[in-house]
Amino acid sequence: MQISMTVNGTDVTSEIEPRVLLVHYIREVLGLTGTHWGCDTSNCGTCVVLMDGQPVKSCTVLAAMAAGHDIRTVEGLATGGTLDPVQQGFMEEHGLQCGFCTPGMMLTARALLDKNPHPDDAEVRQAISGQICRCTGYATIVRSVQWAAAHPAAPGLDDAPATDHSAGTGLDGTDLDGTDTAVPDVAAEIEDTEVKA
Amino acid sequence: MTVIHDRQSNPAAGDEDRPIGYGRIQRKEDPRFVRGKGHYLDDIVLPGMLHGAILRAPVAHAKLVSIDTTNALAHPKVVAVITGKDLLGLKLAWAPTLSADVQAVLVTDKVRFQGQEVAFVVAEDRYAARDALELIDVEYDVLPPLVDARKALDADAPVIRDEIEGRTDNRIFDWEMGDKAETDAVFASADVVVSQEVVYPRVHPAPMETCGAVADFDAVNGKLTLYETTQAPHAHRTLFAIVAGIPEHKIRIVSPDIGGGFGNKVGIYPGYILAVVGSIVSGRPVKWVEDRSENLMSTSFARDYIMQGEIAATKDGKILALRTHVLADHGAFNATAQPTKNPAGFFSIFTGSYDLLAAHCSVTGVYTNKAPGGVAYACSFRVTEAVYLVERMVDILARKLEMDPAELRLKNFIKPEQFPYANKTGWVYDSGNYEAAMRLSMQLAGYEDLRREQAEKRARGELMGIGVSFFTEVVGAGPRKHFDIVGLGMADGAELRVHPTGKAVVRISVQSQGQGHETTFAQIVAEELGIPPEDIEVVHGDTDQTPFGLGTYGSRSTPVSGGAVALVARKVREKAKLIAGAMLETRPEDLEWEKGRWFVKGDPSAGKTIAEIAMGAHGTVALPEGVDGNLDAEVTYDPPNLTFPFGAYICVVDIDPGTGQVKVRRFIAVDDCGTRINPMIIEGQVHGGLTDGVGMALMEIIEFDADGNCLGGSFMDYLIPTAMEVPDWETGFTVTPSPHHPIGAKGIGESATVGSPPAIVNAVVDALAPFGVTHMDMPCTPARVWAAMQGRARPPI
Repeated sequence: MQISMTVNGTDVTSEIEPRVLLVHYIREVLGLTGTHWGCDTSNCGTCVVLMDGQPVKSCTVLAAMAAGHDIRTVEGLATGGTLDPVQQGFMEEHGLQCGFCTPGMMLTARALLDKNPHPDDAEVRQAISGQICRCTGYATIVRSVQWAAAHPAAPGLDDAPATDHSAGTGLDGTDLDGTDTAVPDVAAEIEDTEVKA
Repeated sequence: MTVIHDRQSNPAAGDEDRPIGYGRIQRKEDPRFVRGKGHYLDDIVLPGMLHGAILRAPVAHAKLVSIDTTNALAHPKVVAVITGKDLLGLKLAWAPTLSADVQAVLVTDKVRFQGQEVAFVVAEDRYAARDALELIDVEYDVLPPLVDARKALDADAPVIRDEIEGRTDNRIFDWEMGDKAETDAVFASADVVVSQEVVYPRVHPAPMETCGAVADFDAVNGKLTLYETTQAPHAHRTLFAIVAGIPEHKIRIVSPDIGGGFGNKVGIYPGYILAVVGSIVSGRPVKWVEDRSENLMSTSFARDYIMQGEIAATKDGKILALRTHVLADHGAFNATAQPTKNPAGFFSIFTGSYDLLAAHCSVTGVYTNKAPGGVAYACSFRVTEAVYLVERMVDILARKLEMDPAELRLKNFIKPEQFPYANKTGWVYDSGNYEAAMRLSMQLAGYEDLRREQAEKRARGELMGIGVSFFTEVVGAGPRKHFDIVGLGMADGAELRVHPTGKAVVRISVQSQGQGHETTFAQIVAEELGIPPEDIEVVHGDTDQTPFGLGTYGSRSTPVSGGAVALVARKVREKAKLIAGAMLETRPEDLEWEKGRWFVKGDPSAGKTIAEIAMGAHGTVALPEGVDGNLDAEVTYDPPNLTFPFGAYICVVDIDPGTGQVKVRRFIAVDDCGTRINPMIIEGQVHGGLTDGVGMALMEIIEFDADGNCLGGSFMDYLIPTAMEVPDWETGFTVTPSPHHPIGAKGIGESATVGSPPAIVNAVVDALAPFGVTHMDMPCTPARVWAAMQGRARPPI
């Protein structure tokens, strides 16, 4: 069957089997491998993407069900080479280790902050409770989200500059990957950050 | 990359001004991971790549009668179906394990555990491969399974490994350490003896990324490139050379970014071998990635120790001796990952942090109809079990003596002046100041106030528990003369090259799975050579590019590979001194080192930086006699001893008296891993390990029913803590450097996983004291706690 959807701001159209899971469609058809697959029972949340701004576990959505919807993956979190505050927060507060749960965690955090710019720690924990991390013990993830909440000045989606499409190409020659792999200048931010004892 | 100067959390760092080297710096790995630009196994796509899937046994013990692959082969997208019979022809049906046993790659004679590998389908895509599994017809003749390890040695127990010539029972090994007669004598004359069976149930490391491989056999050049989720790429290369008969120089193992290992990714699984066979058979690359259920049911489990513990003491609380017998359930094949001479790993560290007169332990390993494994999940080779046993026994003794558990520990600690301390089972602890760590932990916890609060709550019928655990780890295997993995000595290599412009690349033999090696190993070189960490590339995980070594597990990276990296940097520094002497036209012995620069004694203005020396070494400077060009060096580091980090943990739990639900309210963890390379990364390691502890103590278990069905084979049943089940961790530290390590650093990665379960269980048992509970086994789920409250505590297995 033919499906069309918007992925990271780009329209895509593909011919797929109806049974194909959205996680496999994103990873294998579109080549956006930042979205991961960590379980087979919809518990772990490493596959979380945003569908119309809501976090969904893409292993539990058929690609066909996403047709006509707006999908945002980790590759679409940074805009025009500028990291989302959530991405920066995870680096500042050591909210990741192996990095496998990180894309899903960050997208859930983005959705949370879009709705609730100043969540308390309990609200952050509640928001990410559908996602398992084996490395961090969660405390630094909570701190990372709070860092992002405290630094909303970093450009968000709405005021983002035009997407740089140089990094990847999807089906039909469409550019899907809005990321820029240049290392960000986070040094300036760190200088002003108080060190945790 | 910016260095945050953080003296408070790095008092061992020394210099007041420390622009480079150790300290809290952000991770070099993070920029790619936060952009979704990590490169994990399943992200690999090669031209013409096929997909493999494994058909698994639905029963635990059964004769294989027949396999019919006709319908699967007729599937239009199926390229090959491989069975045990095919592997027998290739002499690949059985593969050696890390314990010198063998493990079936595909079943040829009978199934020995549920989920065991029966056939391998290779197809054009992963959906088709799964479809084809349904088209394979297998006939089994079901046999009675052996599930209960306690019955494994009964005369009428089914013999699981009847394919081994002459084998008539399920005993794998008997092993003991310590002096039995001496220990028995101390017990015979002790005032107080307490006994308790302590079970550490079967759990699973469950990394978020499962295991997988992409095999690419190049028939023209006879070269196998194998991308694998492996923590030990070099050891795998050697084993693959032996298993598959491919010459070792024609094998390249690549370990890409790994989504967590936790000991799950040390051994060689049948799926890896099957991917290789699939690639050889099809002439195309073959990818195999297991799903979560396969990971939980068939890859390395952890623990499964049934320990009969006994502790002897005087009536005023001087601990005299410990003894234990362990029944170890190893599953159907002995694939336990540990040094060859240590079939029960380092369990003999079970004497813990206490100065004893005598100790003796014995371990009997048995086969059962379960998946193989045992050593995994941050256990440091069975140290989790050892620490759990001693810390439970000390707590039970404290209750018996009506002493405070913290005070009892303080009274019996090995004293700082006793290090290096030879314990009664052959370990020589390198360094420690246990009392200082314990006092700090009690101070951070507000221990006296907590006890007062508990007394008040207890008077009101509320259930609050305070658990104390003090552990001594043993990590960094290890000296080659004592420790090897299937004959490979446990040393690690390091190569360091300084490029002409002063940037550097360091190649290491260990393999990060999230522990931050790309950052911390650069910090070690930075400290030694004065090159900023961001100018140092850390290369790991590719056997064609890195020196030989044994890989990352057992918290051995910092102790062994970290030592290698410090030494290789010093070797480069010494070579730089000779070249600087030539450049400055002075004798090398007249030069002095300051961070990043050799200069003439008494004339600081006359000097050469590492970058200048590197350019000189690669350029036209006349090199001294015996010094070759380039600025580089190699070492293989054979550590003189292991490192013995330690920690003092205090846990506070509240238990709902109506439901038995345990809530960890506070957890205070004081760790001492000697010199701290990156406090931020250490904290993250500790947090992760503490969460493992909450999982194991309260939630996680892999159980089996009487028919041998695995009851913990998915995340629906195998429960792992989320952000809701864990508190905001409270951490502290002391610094007692390892005297024998080149930078005084000890391992830390597994400490929290080792040290936290006893703290949590001790807290639960403490909370349940009003019910007369003196012990309960993990996991302390609401149902099991409720049963304990009703006087019906039972072992989980």
